[in-house]
Amino acid sequence: MTTDTLPPLQAQPAAQGPKKSRPWGQIASQLFLISASVMWLLPIAFALYVAIRPYEDTTKYGYVSLPHHLTLQNFSDAWVQSDMLHFFLNSVMITLPSVIIVLALASGVAFVLTRVNVKINVTLLILFTAGNLLPQQVIITPLYRIFLKIPLPSFLGGSGLMYNSITGLIVINVAFQLGFCVFVLSNYMKSIPEEMYEAAMVDGASLWTRFWKLTVPLCRPALAALATLLTTWIYNDFFWAITLMSSGDKRPVTSALANLQGQFVSNQNLIAAAAMIAAVPTLIVYILLQKQFIAGLSLGSSKG
Amino acid sequence: MSSSTRTHAPVAPAVAEAPARRRRRGVRRMSRRDRIAVALLLGIPLLIDIAFVWVPALGTVALSFFKWNGVGSLSTKTCQPNLPSILNNGCMDGVQNFHQAASNYPAFWPAVWHNLIWLGVFVFIATPLGMLFAVLIDRGIKGSRMYQSILFLPVMLSLALVGIIWEFMYSQNLGLINTVIGRNGSTNAIDWLGDPHINLWAVLVEATWRQSGYVMVLYLAGLKAVDPTLREAALVDGANAWQTFWRVVFPVMRPINIVIMVVTVIESLRAFDLVYITNKGINGLELLSVLVTSNIVGETQRVGFGSALGVVLLVISLVPITIFLYQTFRREESR
Repeated sequence: MTTDTLPPLQAQPAAQGPKKSRPWGQIASQLFLISASVMWLLPIAFALYVAIRPYEDTTKYGYVSLPHHLTLQNFSDAWVQSDMLHFFLNSVMITLPSVIIVLALASGVAFVLTRVNVKINVTLLILFTAGNLLPQQVIITPLYRIFLKIPLPSFLGGSGLMYNSITGLIVINVAFQLGFCVFVLSNYMKSIPEEMYEAAMVDGASLWTRFWKLTVPLCRPALAALATLLTTWIYNDFFWAITLMSSGDKRPVTSALANLQGQFVSNQNLIAAAAMIAAVPTLIVYILLQKQFIAGLSLGSSKG
Repeated sequence: MSSSTRTHAPVAPAVAEAPARRRRRGVRRMSRRDRIAVALLLGIPLLIDIAFVWVPALGTVALSFFKWNGVGSLSTKTCQPNLPSILNNGCMDGVQNFHQAASNYPAFWPAVWHNLIWLGVFVFIATPLGMLFAVLIDRGIKGSRMYQSILFLPVMLSLALVGIIWEFMYSQNLGLINTVIGRNGSTNAIDWLGDPHINLWAVLVEATWRQSGYVMVLYLAGLKAVDPTLREAALVDGANAWQTFWRVVFPVMRPINIVIMVVTVIESLRAFDLVYITNKGINGLELLSVLVTSNIVGETQRVGFGSALGVVLLVISLVPITIFLYQTFRREESR
């Protein structure tokens, strides 16, 4: 993302600026970034190292010792013994519908608030945006009570209540993330030229057509960026799953690990392996969609 | 982005007038089907947002004036101070919950203090560090893309995973840190995560490790939006890199600075996952968020009391939220 603007900027200081200080600055910056990178990778690399060593080795020699024996056994043991597939499926069943529903609802709201002259559109936009900025703990107490009160047909995943059901987690993730997506999408939609809508109206396009056939396709970059952000945020959620689910078996994978910690307490190598497995999906998202991901963060921030 | 809107701003009102008039006429001309579409597109999400975010937020405020163990119903009777507390349930208790939290709840002031320390570390360490990363990477140093990817990596991990990953660094007898500094014997080992005097700082290292990558990306986005001609002009005027950044680039990034300020305050109020995964947020790791949670989810539910703690969080968080909303929507309101 820096390559577009940088070459000319860099060329000029080299030509005009004081030549002596530049190389030292470069070396110092490199040294600083290299040591920072090492420190940033070290905890992950070390956890990975613990994960690929057999339990017997760590009990005998400790975590910090040369490898006598490396194995992938911990990964398969963690996978099988902790029923990780089950928790992964829970995560998918929560994350996927949440992301789709949030984006669908948020694009509708953003469209109405930017393209239909509703009297109180700024107020509504503020309402949505502020809701997303509240700390979760501000709303958890009544939410917990509300979830205990709302009955839910059993085919929607659960105990007959919103509490302790996958649907409940989808609902709260949708409600909580709506604000951010409305904010970003309405900023994006404001940049679509008014002339396009005038042309569509001359052609007799209904409001729905202008939304679905014109606006949504134009917002594809923003939607892609938001989808990647939401996927990682909802997948990584810990708080809602801990507070709004009582039993471990419906929890998504990242919060299920909290239970595994108790279960595997004697075998830390297994925990390391399980943690590494749970991190894989977001890392794949990051590697594949790095551009969208960073674009998403910049969409939300630089439009202040 | 922000720089382009800024340059267009003076022109916008004049141009905006015509479409605005047309749009107003458009509303009156809206067909029945269009009205239904508007009602659905706006109504359903609004209902969800109000029902599951704003009703609970106001509910927290209301519940904070009650004494309630979660069983039985609420009533508008006032609590009788001389009755045993088991009979005082579901009654209005005025500001007693707040009074009790501040005067008679040993975990309250440590939690406030820990939240403040958390905020301080984010403001004075994580944010400047992230900004430094962003500035160095933005100058197109060799390998900048790789550095960016590495420094951003922790942001992709769940905070719960961050807590688990760092436990191997901090582990008392087997951990990397104690081994390297030679304190892994059983007698003089430092209990990084167990000792209530140091575990907050140990966890803050984890939090900073993640937060500064997040700040870095936000600043990279902000730096990209800075008009390059500004820097060229500063260069021509003979400013060095340091002066250019602080006198020219940093002030122009005002919108992003506000965003980062808001993110920093909100994230330090929200902090929960790391301390919960480390030791359930007790024994030196108390935070307001943990106290709210432990009072409402668990064996002995003190719903009113937990809500009062939630209101404290709400009041503090309204400050940055208001600043952000004011900064963001001021321009549109004036239109």
